[in-house]
Amino acid sequence: MISFFIRLWENILIAVRALAQNKMRTILTTLGIIIGVLTVVSVASIIEGLNKGFASQIASIGSNTIYVQKYPWVAGRDWFKYRNRPNITMKDAKYIQERMKNAEAIAPATSTRRSIKYRNNSLTAIGVSGVTMETEKIEGYNIDEGRYFAPLEIAKNKNSVVIGYEIKDKLFKNRYPIGEKIRIGTISYTVIGVMEKRGSILGHNLDSGVYVPVGSIFRNFGFHRSIQIMVRVKDPSMIEPAMDELRFLMRVSRKLKPHEEDNFSINQQEVLTDMYKKLTGGLYTAAIGIGMLSLLVGGIGIMNIMLVSVAERRREIGVRKALGAKRVTITFQFIIESVIICTIGGIIAILISYLFSVLIDKVTPFPSSVPLWSVLMGLGFSTFVGLFFGIYPARQAAKLNPIECLHYE
Amino acid sequence: MDALINLKDIVKTYQVGTVEVHALRGVDLQIQRNEYISIMGPSGSGKSTLMNIIGCLDSPTSGRYELESTPVHEMDDNQLAEIRNRKIGFVFQTFNLLPRASALHNVELPLIYSGVSASKRKVIAEEALDKVGLSDRKNHRPNELSGGQRQRVAIARALVNNPSLILADEPTGNLDSKTGEEIMRVFGKLNEAGNTIIVVTHEKYIADQASRIVRILDGNIADDLQLEEN
Repeated sequence: MISFFIRLWENILIAVRALAQNKMRTILTTLGIIIGVLTVVSVASIIEGLNKGFASQIASIGSNTIYVQKYPWVAGRDWFKYRNRPNITMKDAKYIQERMKNAEAIAPATSTRRSIKYRNNSLTAIGVSGVTMETEKIEGYNIDEGRYFAPLEIAKNKNSVVIGYEIKDKLFKNRYPIGEKIRIGTISYTVIGVMEKRGSILGHNLDSGVYVPVGSIFRNFGFHRSIQIMVRVKDPSMIEPAMDELRFLMRVSRKLKPHEEDNFSINQQEVLTDMYKKLTGGLYTAAIGIGMLSLLVGGIGIMNIMLVSVAERRREIGVRKALGAKRVTITFQFIIESVIICTIGGIIAILISYLFSVLIDKVTPFPSSVPLWSVLMGLGFSTFVGLFFGIYPARQAAKLNPIECLHYE
Repeated sequence: MDALINLKDIVKTYQVGTVEVHALRGVDLQIQRNEYISIMGPSGSGKSTLMNIIGCLDSPTSGRYELESTPVHEMDDNQLAEIRNRKIGFVFQTFNLLPRASALHNVELPLIYSGVSASKRKVIAEEALDKVGLSDRKNHRPNELSGGQRQRVAIARALVNNPSLILADEPTGNLDSKTGEEIMRVFGKLNEAGNTIIVVTHEKYIADQASRIVRILDGNIADDLQLEEN
C-alpha cells in the first residue's frame, strides 16, 4: 500500500515535469474542461446567491398572508382572459370582512402613482398606497416619527399621509415633516408620520412610497380601480382552509353559478416559491447540460492531445520501457498526466468562478457565493474526465514496441 | 559455473508484408561472466536483432535463451521488463537520455522502476555518476553536456542497477574518435572491475578493444574470435 502511494507520487512528479515542459499546450488543452466546470460552478453559485437573497425576500412576503387579486401571480399566456375579469371592489372586501372566520386580519389595498410636492421640492411617479388599520398588522409597519392613522382617519378617508423613509429625506431634507402639508397630485395631505426603513423586496424599494387611507384614493384619484384584499391567518396550517373559505366567499359575493369559473385569483407566497424552484431547477438542468457537453468536448480534446503527446514522446516511452518500465507503469504515467491536466483545468475554473462570484456580489444587486458542493462536483467531474479520456491514449503508449520507439526520430 | 548467457538455436523471423525476413537463422552463443565481447556485422546482418534478443527487448521466434540459467525465451512482456530493469544496462548510440531531466534524474530512472526509495536512489545514482567521473555535472541537463559526457551519463544509468550485463549498441557512433576512445576506456575499466560487456559495432578499431569478437553475417555467426590480451 505504501509503495503504491510512493509510486503514485513518483508518477505525479513525472507527469508534472512533462506538463511543465509544455505549459501553453497544457493550458489550452484544459480550456474545454475549464468552460465545463466554470458553467456548472458559476450557475450553481449564482443560484446559491439567489437562494440566499431572492428566496428569503419571497419569504418576507409573509407565508401567512393570502392575496385576493384580479390577476394570478403566475399568469402564463392567459393574460387576456384575466383582463376581462371584473375588478375586485371594496364591496367584495366588505363582504369578506363581515363573514370570514379563518382570518386574523383582513385589509383592502390599492395603489396609484402620483407626483408629490412640498414647497419647491417635487418627486414624480411616487407609489401611493391605500391602507387601513388592519394593513399595519398584516404588513408589520413600524413608525419612525409621528404616528400611524387613527381609526377615524381611515373611516372618514381623511387626507392624512404617512411617508416612506426615503421620501422624508428627499422632500424635507433636514426639516421636521410632521404637521407639514404636501400635495399628492393636486390634493393637499397632512403628514402625520414617517415609516421606519423597510429595505427592498425583489428589487422593489419599500421606502420610496407614501401611505394614505384607502378610501381617500378612491375619492381623490378615481373610483374605477381594482383593489387587492390581503388576508392574514394565524399560522401556515390555516392557509388551506382560509383559501377555501375565501374562494367560497368571493364566489358568493360575485354570485357565480356552479359551472362558472372563478373570476378572481387567490395568491399566496407558495406560488412564487414554486415558480422560483421551477425556474432555478430549469437553470440547473441547462447548466449541467452545457457543462457536461463542454466536459465531453474537453475530454475529447484531452484524448487528442494525449495521443499527440504519446506520438511525440515515443522515444521517451522506448527509453522508459528499455530501462524496465512495465506496461502498467507507462499506462499509469499517462493517465496521471491527463488527470492532472484536467484537475488543473478544474481548479482554474473554480478560481475563475470564485472571482465571478465576488464580482457579481459586488457589482450587481444579487448576492452570490460558491457552494462547496459545486466545487467538489467540479473537481470530481474534471478528474473523472481526465481518467476516462486518458485511458485510451495511455494504453496506446503502453502497447508501443520499445525497439521501434528507440529508433524513432 | 554456468554461462551468463546461453543462446541455443535462436531463430527470428519477421513478417514484412507478405515477405518473411529471416533475421536470425539459428544462432548458438555462450557468453561467460566478465567477458568483454564485440558483436560485428554489416547492416542487415542480424546483429541488431541479436542484440535486441540478448537485451530482452525482443523475443526469439524459436530457440532457447537462458540468462543466468533463467529461461528468458518464454517470458511475457512484464517479466522481460523486470529482467531488463535488474539484469541489463543499455548504452545506445544516440544516448537516449530524457532531454528535460537532469543527469542525476536520468541515472535514477532504472531505480525508480525497481522501486528504490527516493533518498536511497539519490545516493546510488550519485555513486554511479562518480564512477564515470561526472559527479560535478549531476544537475546539468543533457543539452548542457558534451556528447562524451552524455554518453557517460548513459553509462552511469546502465550501471546503476548493478546489472549482470552491459549492452552497448554502437556507443561511439555519434562521437568523434577522441571522445569515442575515451568512452571505450570507460568500458575497459568497467570490464576490469568485473562487469560483463557486449559492444555492438561495425567499426574494427572499436571491436578490437574487446577480448572476443563475434561476427554475424546473414543471420548466422560467421566467426567467433578469441583475441589475445592487448
